[in-house]
Amino acid sequence: MSLAADQGITGPGFAACPACAVAPAAGRLAAVAMAPGRLILSLPGAHCAVCISTVEKAMAAVPGVVSARVNLTLRRVSVEAGADVTPEALISAARAVGYEAHELDAGLLSSTETDRQGRDLLMRLGVAFFSMMNVMLLSVAVWSGADGVTRDMFHWISAMIALPTVVFSGQPFFRSAWRSLRAGRLGMDVPISLALILASGISLFETWKSGDHAYFDAAVMLTFFLLAGRYLDHRTRAVARSAAEELAALEVPRATVLRGGIEVVVPISEVAVGDLVRVRPGGRLPVDGVVVDGTSELDRALLTGESLPVFAGPGLVVMAGEVNLTGPLTLRVTAAGRDSSLHRMADLVAVAESARTRYTTLAERAAGWYSPLVHILSFGAFGFWMWKTGGDLRFAINISAAVLIITCPCALGLAVPAVVTSASGRLFRKGLLIKDGTALERLAEVDTVMFDKTGTLTLGTPELADVSSHRAASLALAAALGAASSHPLARALASVPGPHADVTDLREVPGYGVEGQFHGRRVRLGRAEWCGASGLDTTATYLDMGDGQTEAFAFSDRLRPGAEAAVASLKAQGLRVVLMSGDAPGAVRDIAGRLGIEDWTAGALPAEKAAAVARLTAAGARVLMVGDGLNDTAALAGAHASISPASALDAARVASDIVLLGQNMAVIGDAVRIARQATRRIVENFGISVAYNVIAVPIALLGLATPLAAALAMSLSSITVSLNALRLK
Amino acid sequence: MEILGLLIPVSLILGGVGLAAFFWALRTRQFDDPDGDAARILTKDYDDKPKPPPSKP
Repeated sequence: MSLAADQGITGPGFAACPACAVAPAAGRLAAVAMAPGRLILSLPGAHCAVCISTVEKAMAAVPGVVSARVNLTLRRVSVEAGADVTPEALISAARAVGYEAHELDAGLLSSTETDRQGRDLLMRLGVAFFSMMNVMLLSVAVWSGADGVTRDMFHWISAMIALPTVVFSGQPFFRSAWRSLRAGRLGMDVPISLALILASGISLFETWKSGDHAYFDAAVMLTFFLLAGRYLDHRTRAVARSAAEELAALEVPRATVLRGGIEVVVPISEVAVGDLVRVRPGGRLPVDGVVVDGTSELDRALLTGESLPVFAGPGLVVMAGEVNLTGPLTLRVTAAGRDSSLHRMADLVAVAESARTRYTTLAERAAGWYSPLVHILSFGAFGFWMWKTGGDLRFAINISAAVLIITCPCALGLAVPAVVTSASGRLFRKGLLIKDGTALERLAEVDTVMFDKTGTLTLGTPELADVSSHRAASLALAAALGAASSHPLARALASVPGPHADVTDLREVPGYGVEGQFHGRRVRLGRAEWCGASGLDTTATYLDMGDGQTEAFAFSDRLRPGAEAAVASLKAQGLRVVLMSGDAPGAVRDIAGRLGIEDWTAGALPAEKAAAVARLTAAGARVLMVGDGLNDTAALAGAHASISPASALDAARVASDIVLLGQNMAVIGDAVRIARQATRRIVENFGISVAYNVIAVPIALLGLATPLAAALAMSLSSITVSLNALRLK
Repeated sequence: MEILGLLIPVSLILGGVGLAAFFWALRTRQFDDPDGDAARILTKDYDDKPKPPPSKP
């Protein structure tokens, strides 16, 4: 059966099914592929105003689409469409105007769309900002000399604004402090809550007693700045979480199952062992199984790293994740869903991930010594002044509150989130998605980079190695034959610039190649044995000229754009670059030579990759693993930090910390540079807040701190820290 | 000083109006796509009226 004829058979069955009276099948089809309403596509390449209108116009031009709206922040387009619009149609429409698009599972994404927690924090932040402004207005009046009844009135008005604000906006801190107290820990939020409560309480008392100093402005300012840090932190984590969901949703799991001779599209979870599954050329195998019908070639690069396709015919055992290249295949399912080899591998990754030693971030380490120190200082001041003043409780509590307010980690609370937000935003604009909050810090520490070859450094699309060594006549013949197939090698030949020979009666023989008639001779392009040629050890296809002559076309894999720049930039930053591939030595040597990587290994098994990472780690190196295949997942999970391209298998993306959204790889060098810079900024920010405390704490301990001094110290340190974070380039 | 009796409520009310506007913007999801909104102002597509947001399914 030829390729064209096959599509002719299956095409109408797919498109016209809702009309044909096979009710259950049609109903199922509608439930799965054609759920009416909203379709969401990921658009990693969108970045500007032109992108928005181009994509929206392209989507609107697809028949059946009601409306389309691009969300540039999330790099998504949500399309409102009729029931007959398939995601595939939208994806090809996006591709036609030059944008890469992936379908996302709208059900999985729903939780990030309505980011309740984020809006809740923003609401509290808004309230805190409003009262900070108003209380500050009144406080400035008090500081500039209002006294007597006027001062008391201002204090009372401040109290009326500030107390509800602290109660409402401070809730995230109170809740988290209560949780950590009940767990018997002294988190960052305990001193924060204590400072808020003490400041509000003491100010209310002072106001009631017509005292000089009230700290209402400090209490609301503290709430505002800390909430700002909290919100930034939340947003970073929400982006990471939505990234993880987006990745899970990237591979929408569907399979075409033959039920009573009719093709039905069902979710992968409904495929049972023993079902017959049809896989079209270009499709990824959704299940483990045995080929029962059809011949083709399989691309196993994602599973094993081999760049050479494998012949597939009846009886061959195949695994989920392999890509069918030339002919349609029918499989008898041996394992599906949770039991498939793909899933078992993903489970292994989960185990490896949980075994990864928990990384302690800089912020956690800072909080570790900060909280006890603040409490000791505050209580020490209280005790000292109680003794010194002979039991003046009001004065001692005032001092102790001032110490808590001044040391309160405005700057500490902003130090990390401000930098992380700024850095991950910068990386996102470059096309890198940070999946894990601690990934930046870990990335900054790496000193060795291990690359996978197929699909990572190379695109997995071959190009003709040496065009000039082939005669024009044979190239023209090969190009004409290649144009009739969708096999990657054939496509590469067809795209070589030059004339195509006039070949007639073109016919694809799935699994073998293409044949046709040329000047009365039968010519063939395909596997070596089929063309009567002797095979080479590199990736190659063979031409049978029909007159007893054969010619071999050798291919090399095309480098991913920016691969050279990435390797050069990593080397320039003093990192050791290693190439480890499961492919044949010839192909690996070639790529290593082109990229200038001296340290390379070929034919590595998945376990060997993981072992190599473990060996390097044991020798004291911090390894960054960059890979895309199932054979890389164990190494990705075991490495100190890991990056995988968006084209990688599910399991590999899940195992890695950072995902490369675009095609260009040069950004990996930038990622390491930005991560190092970000860590430096975080440490600087800690330094700044410590410096402020070194000046302010003695003043507070001596009892000389006024609300004005507290407000100055707090706002100055917070602003310095935020500005420092924005210096990231 | 009597003017304070007028000015303080006025400043509070104006601040409150700002806060209410912020709440409204938050509720109507105007903070969902800040990057996109910044870019959209540059296109001429929706000069007459803004494109209607996709209704929730």
